[in-house]
Amino acid sequence: MLTDNKRKGDILIVGLSGELDHHHSAEVRDALDRLLDDPSIRHMILNLRHLHFMDSSGIGVFMGRYKTIHKRGGQFSIANINSQLARILEMSGLYRILKVHDTVEQAIDGIRGESE
Amino acid sequence: MNIKNEMKLEFLSRSQNEAFARVAVAAFAAQLDPTLEEIADIKTAVSEAVTNAIIHGYDNPNEMVHVRTQISDYSVIIEVIDHGKGMEDVELARQPLYTSKPELERSGMGFTVMETFMDKVEVNSAPGQGTKVRMVKYISHEADETRRDG
Ligand SMILES: Nc1ncnc2c1ncn2[C@@H]1O[C@H](COP(=O)(O)OP(=O)(O)O)[C@@H](O)[C@H]1O
Ligand SMILES: [Mg+2]
Repeated sequence: MLTDNKRKGDILIVGLSGELDHHHSAEVRDALDRLLDDPSIRHMILNLRHLHFMDSSGIGVFMGRYKTIHKRGGQFSIANINSQLARILEMSGLYRILKVHDTVEQAIDGIRGESE
Repeated sequence: MNIKNEMKLEFLSRSQNEAFARVAVAAFAAQLDPTLEEIADIKTAVSEAVTNAIIHGYDNPNEMVHVRTQISDYSVIIEVIDHGKGMEDVELARQPLYTSKPELERSGMGFTVMETFMDKVEVNSAPGQGTKVRMVKYISHEADETRRDG
């Protein structure tokens, strides 16, 4: 479910693939939390280009990780979402608290722009 | 309503079956030539209802979840049934953000997703007896028209 992950300074960039439903949510949650154990990470960008499906289980996973990042004073951004995902995020109110960008590069610029 | 086709699925209350159920219903509904967005709506709503049967209806993975899908000229009718715990207060359960399992990081948005993505959602539930969620999606046939015009 987690494809690649890389660091850019204090930003963690993670790719998700497949289908984020209840069956896969614990696995994704645990894998993200293991990465976020590193206290030098302040911001997180999820690249959802290869995430083909998500239901409300994914909202719970994103909310939980948002809390961790928010406590560190960081930004939680997502990039490359399809229209099904956009509608789920919109109805859940996540659109207002996560930063949504077209590309990972724009998400990085967004974080850099605000922390300067 | 003129029912043109019908199918039934039965599977154990295991989370692996969430993907199976939504893909099977979507494949059956494809007979009505829905748009990609309509298919995504149906998949998401089925995923929500089936997940609820598995995690809220039952507390063990060895019970049966039933899904009945009917097709009429312009709609897909889906029933997701469990014979599990049932609900005391359906109105409360349907409220956005209400969840009885916050410890599982549930968002409480399942019913809201079903209501937003489907045209009708009816819930029948009785404590100790189980729950039936009946959902209807009207299929627009916009895809046909664009094909004919184009
Ligand atoms: N099939 C079911 N059997 C028993 N209770 C249910 C069922 N479906 C939903 N519920 C109750 O309704 C609540 C809200 O459901 P939902 O909106 O899907 O949110 P979530 O699944 O995130 O808790 C659940 O927390 C549960 O208490
Ligand atoms: Mg639910």
